[in-house]
Amino acid sequence: MASASIPVYNSSNNPLENSSSHNASRESLKMEPLADCSLLPGEERIIDKDIIYICPFSGALKGKVFITNYRLYFKSADADPAVTLDVPLGAIGRVEKMGGASSRGENSYGLDITCKDMRNLRFALKQEGHSRRDIFDILFKYAFPLSHGLLLFAYLSQEKFEENGWSVYKPMEEFRRQGLPNDKWRVTFINANYELCDTYPTILVVPFKATEEDLRKVCTFRSRGRIPVLSWIHRENQAVICRCSQPLVGMSGKRNKDDERYLDLIREANGTAKLTIYDARPSVNAVANKALASCLLHCMLVSEVRTEEATGGGYEGDDAYQNAELVFLDIHNIHVMRESLKKLKDIVYPNVEESHWLSSLESTHWLEHIKLVISGAIQVADKISGGNSVVVHCSDGWDRTAQLTSLAMLMLDSHYRTLRGFQVLLEKEWIGFGHKFANRIGHGDKNHADQDRSPIFVQFIDCVWQMTKQFPTAFEFNERLLVTILDHLFSCRFGTFLFNCERARDTNELRSKTVSLWSLVNSDLSFYQNPFYTPESNRVLYPVASMRHLELWVTYYIRWNPRIRQQQQSPVEQRYIELLALRDEYLKKLEELQLSDSSPNSSHLSNSSTPNAASPTQHITHLHTPF
Amino acid sequence: MFDGRVLLKQVILLFWPLISTWVQGAEKIDSCQLQVLEMLSSLGSAGGKSAKPSFVSYVTPEEIKSEKEPSRKEKHPDLLPGEVVFCSASTVLKYTQDDLSQRGVFGVLLCTNFRVSFVSDEEPTEEMVRTLFKNKLYGENDIPLSCVDNIYGDKRKLITGGLVKNKYPSKMIIHCKDLRVFQFSLSFSKEEDAKKIFQGIVHHCLEPKSLRCLFAFSYCENTSPNRKCVGGLFTKLLRKKQTVMFDSVEDWTQDMKRTKGNCRVVSENSNFELSPKLPQYFIVPKNVSDEDLTKYQGKGLPMWCWSHHSGCALFKTASIPLVQEDNVCCRMLTAVAHNHLYSVKTEDLSDTLPTVQDILLSYNKFKQFFLIDNTTEFWMSDMKWFSSLDNCGWLDIIRQCLQKAVEVVESLEKENTNVLIMEEGGSDLCCVVSSLVQLMLDPYYRTLLGFQSLVQKEWVAGGHAFLDRSNHLHLKDKVESQSPVFLLFLECVWQLQQQHGPAFQFSETYLTVLSDSVHVPVFTTFLFNNDGHRDSLLRAESPHTQRSPLNCPTVWDWSVQFDCKAQDLFTNPLYTEKPKQDTSVRKSYRPRHLRQLSLPSSAFKTPPKKGFFKDEADNLKKILGVKRLSRWMLSPSSDSPQTSSSVREFYEAWQTKPLDYHGLLLPCLDGPSIRVWMQRYLRWIHDVQILGGGPVAMLSKVSEILGEVQELQRQLDRHGCTLTSNHKGARPRAKTAAAVIAARSSVRLSSSFPFVTSRNWAFKPAIPTSLLQSLMVTGMPGNLADREDDGGPESLV
Repeated sequence: MASASIPVYNSSNNPLENSSSHNASRESLKMEPLADCSLLPGEERIIDKDIIYICPFSGALKGKVFITNYRLYFKSADADPAVTLDVPLGAIGRVEKMGGASSRGENSYGLDITCKDMRNLRFALKQEGHSRRDIFDILFKYAFPLSHGLLLFAYLSQEKFEENGWSVYKPMEEFRRQGLPNDKWRVTFINANYELCDTYPTILVVPFKATEEDLRKVCTFRSRGRIPVLSWIHRENQAVICRCSQPLVGMSGKRNKDDERYLDLIREANGTAKLTIYDARPSVNAVANKALASCLLHCMLVSEVRTEEATGGGYEGDDAYQNAELVFLDIHNIHVMRESLKKLKDIVYPNVEESHWLSSLESTHWLEHIKLVISGAIQVADKISGGNSVVVHCSDGWDRTAQLTSLAMLMLDSHYRTLRGFQVLLEKEWIGFGHKFANRIGHGDKNHADQDRSPIFVQFIDCVWQMTKQFPTAFEFNERLLVTILDHLFSCRFGTFLFNCERARDTNELRSKTVSLWSLVNSDLSFYQNPFYTPESNRVLYPVASMRHLELWVTYYIRWNPRIRQQQQSPVEQRYIELLALRDEYLKKLEELQLSDSSPNSSHLSNSSTPNAASPTQHITHLHTPF
Repeated sequence: MFDGRVLLKQVILLFWPLISTWVQGAEKIDSCQLQVLEMLSSLGSAGGKSAKPSFVSYVTPEEIKSEKEPSRKEKHPDLLPGEVVFCSASTVLKYTQDDLSQRGVFGVLLCTNFRVSFVSDEEPTEEMVRTLFKNKLYGENDIPLSCVDNIYGDKRKLITGGLVKNKYPSKMIIHCKDLRVFQFSLSFSKEEDAKKIFQGIVHHCLEPKSLRCLFAFSYCENTSPNRKCVGGLFTKLLRKKQTVMFDSVEDWTQDMKRTKGNCRVVSENSNFELSPKLPQYFIVPKNVSDEDLTKYQGKGLPMWCWSHHSGCALFKTASIPLVQEDNVCCRMLTAVAHNHLYSVKTEDLSDTLPTVQDILLSYNKFKQFFLIDNTTEFWMSDMKWFSSLDNCGWLDIIRQCLQKAVEVVESLEKENTNVLIMEEGGSDLCCVVSSLVQLMLDPYYRTLLGFQSLVQKEWVAGGHAFLDRSNHLHLKDKVESQSPVFLLFLECVWQLQQQHGPAFQFSETYLTVLSDSVHVPVFTTFLFNNDGHRDSLLRAESPHTQRSPLNCPTVWDWSVQFDCKAQDLFTNPLYTEKPKQDTSVRKSYRPRHLRQLSLPSSAFKTPPKKGFFKDEADNLKKILGVKRLSRWMLSPSSDSPQTSSSVREFYEAWQTKPLDYHGLLLPCLDGPSIRVWMQRYLRWIHDVQILGGGPVAMLSKVSEILGEVQELQRQLDRHGCTLTSNHKGARPRAKTAAAVIAARSSVRLSSSFPFVTSRNWAFKPAIPTSLLQSLMVTGMPGNLADREDDGGPESLV
């Protein structure tokens, strides 16, 4: 029904009009025309074909499909207004043949495409002469290049932007902004060659008193060597958020003096009385099962944490960690989240469940999971505000942990609520600390049923969206940025979300061979700006983690449905921008009048009560608002 | 009394850790802490010199009394004219409602002929005095008697009238119709007082009474009608033009002219000679004869509601008993059909919409979600929120009403047929649907005055039985007829407003306040069942029996409740007036593509199947009879696929055209689009207030900039500069909500703005309790929930 590039914010007036050309021209400087779709530099046409698109909203549509090494583009031939599809191949999760050569019924022979961005596409072809064979093969090959020994499009793209997005995040700069290193925390380069931990970044911040030797010892006791390191420090009370993976206590409840001492160093750094360890996982029976820790039988009944114990993982027991309290945050694992989003897709695509919508929504549990993640982050942020240092982990510390630390940081630190600050947050907590984007998204991989796939990052962006909904003036960026991020999470047009960790990115020379998503964003910042943004440093945002306030992100999950589709631009935003323009215009007029009118009559203007009269032309940001 | 003493000690002991930390931390001390501190210091000085008070042995009831007694004499609310105190009790503890720790404030509880009122012993802080959004009739600790919904005693036992004398609960919970919850402890008061106040409240709030006992009558006798409020945008707006009351022939004629209707204004009932149940004045199709008027006795008369620009019109009627059907029904339909193109669709709302009882049942379930007296329970219920909401059916009823209205709009707009809606009585769902249709079709009704006029036309003059539906009098025989039909209408309006904000001149706050005002027994608007009822009572109650009837304010006289500044919050900063038609510019704008009018040509095309040609008129009677039996009339049940798909197509066709806020508006009815009216229902629930957030954060920025623009405009005007540009809605106005909000810049707004002020805020975030029990992840294939995120044991070091 619409192009992949956020039709919601299509700035043209007609909601059904294709927006691809418009957005494409905004996004790239050089392009060659193809039909009415412009190719990206480096994009090449592979095949064109007459085809029928079975649109779930307007029925079967005859038209032509173009496949390039980046996208699938369809344009209807006779529908008015023309229906177009513009789907990056990266968004395709699965391609299947539908029907056979002998299938009966109209449009029963064709292709069924499952996308990662909450939609499915069905195309029908003529049954004669294996007409779908070539297109199927080509789609399969180019949608899953890694499974066919091809390069991801990000490596073929020749796009150029004014800004280089790869320079957005410099770890040392970010630590310096936080006031690090200081006398309690030091920067270590022990992981410069990814020898300590292959999924961590090269620059780490650790307690000043911990030696390199200590770090190596702790490393052996933490799953995949992901030792507790600092993510964020509170400027005033010096409380820190540390992140790590689970300790390898195992079934027998092993202890490790080094790990215990190391956590105590974290606690000591700001004199926290009791270090709080947040284990993101569900705690069902965790307490009861501690007593039965050695009893294998009980593994059947119990929680994920217990299962982890069986495999060598576990949690910090109170006898071993005297000065720490352990809190479980009850967030489920990647498999549960994957199933939940799948259920959500079932009730919103193609049609929104009509009867008992709310009960259906509840049965997907998607918003419940969102609630748990947000309320976990609130607890972390609240502890930090109270001056207590915390350590956050889940199993490996790259899924739920990243969600919790980054959301808590978003609540605590207004810098991350700016456009560039948010990019830093993602680069640091998600990309740098090794959220396994490649496995979770499956870029270029045909293996659609891979159990490693999970919408953890989508869920995080949803949480951020919920926060922006609750605090519409606290974020510099708008919903458009969030949708763009999710679109390019899948698209493979940019290198930003490729690979699992820094080490893999280095090996594949990602930063020199691909373009960053932030290059696109930062070359057109105004497009992603929230006009209501009111900067307030030092304000901690506590969203309300109640189902009463959580809502389904309709403009993302149901954006393909033309009926549900919301207005192009929020009317509130529209009105505000109109008024801002009007004010600037009046201020200008007033100034002109003042200049031309040298008579004393105009003197009262200089005493004008309007605060901005003095600086009429500049774009005024509001600092005098009541918030 | 002994009991009370022990309890008090417990309360204080319970607080001690808190108190000591507060004292140490010298943090913000809220009202109740102050209260306890005050009490502690008084106890300390009474009992001895020890700096650190010990509470074990010093407290006696006498001491408490002696401390409280002197101040008590002064403690009563500022009584309104005509208000009389019935009874009162001192040393009543009012719990801070969202807290399990039994924290509270001591004060006096009174019952007057207008309200139940709690007056805190504490001196009001400055901030409390300066509350922005203050209702002049009742404060935040007052409950108008008609606003009391339910009273619960110990162990949450529902109190009904007719109690055993001499009994009173130690704890009393009052649920209000505006969804506030009050919890009082009577165990510290004198037994006599406690008994009296409890029984007084129960008597005056729950037991049957006569209409003249309502406060309006004693209030009006003691007030002069002309209250003026100087300045203020809102009042200026109101003063320039008045709400059309539809209590004169002129009002009706005017409205019909405005919509270019071509019907007959009936003034024969001006003294209620035709029927006391019929409105004083009304409009019927031209073809209705004088004879018909008298014959119908009010039943079955098609009453004109609104005319579409194509000439077709909307009529409503009380359905006629089946016996008379043949004759009357046909005459009636013929009369309506003659209005335009000989076409008519009828719609019996009783067939397709929920009954008033269904509405009441559903709302009773729905409101319980918001009457929170216990935070833990609130969070427990949070996980099941969506399904509970679904099961109570309230949102679905709203959807059905909106859908029905869209169907009617489609008939008028697309098919240009006359529509006659009917139900038994003709003054409940008919009012809902006809008002909604007019709101969708006619931008005039989306202005403030227009909306108020609409309520006057369809509801007040239209004879909605406000008194019976609200059952203010608690009459046993009226329990059945109680139903929040008007609230249902406001809910529907809220949905429309939520989806198309800039189209409405009034704000969400306005709707919330209007919904509250129904339960303030002062306004004539909501006190009567119909024109005749109103007229006879006001005449009878008038002190000057022969002269004019008693002069009571209508709810539209907002200055009775709010000062000008507060009234400014009733306007919507997003609303822009319709730009003046600059023909030269506008012509090129291709008005045909606007989501507004139907195709102008359709009136001349072959009428749709359900219409009739002139030459078919002879057969009309016959056909009508037949069709009536075979349910020819468009009375699709909401689940009939045919209609809902037709409505859907109509909506989709409308949606593809550019949106014009001054044209036709249709609501989206899909699941995610029908929502809960957060401001009305969540405003008192502390745990879900978004501190410094919520939609108000954006709206107030709009107001703010609007204020600046207006100020600049004024300066430019002073320079004699004519503004050429066509800037709608930016006319200079005296004062806007922006100024009001800006004046309170020290106070952070919350999502409950303007109903709750900041001093009630805790600085700790609300952390949902008991998350896990309720989160059941079931039906996971292969027990996914217990699996690890990544890899198996072999991959672990």
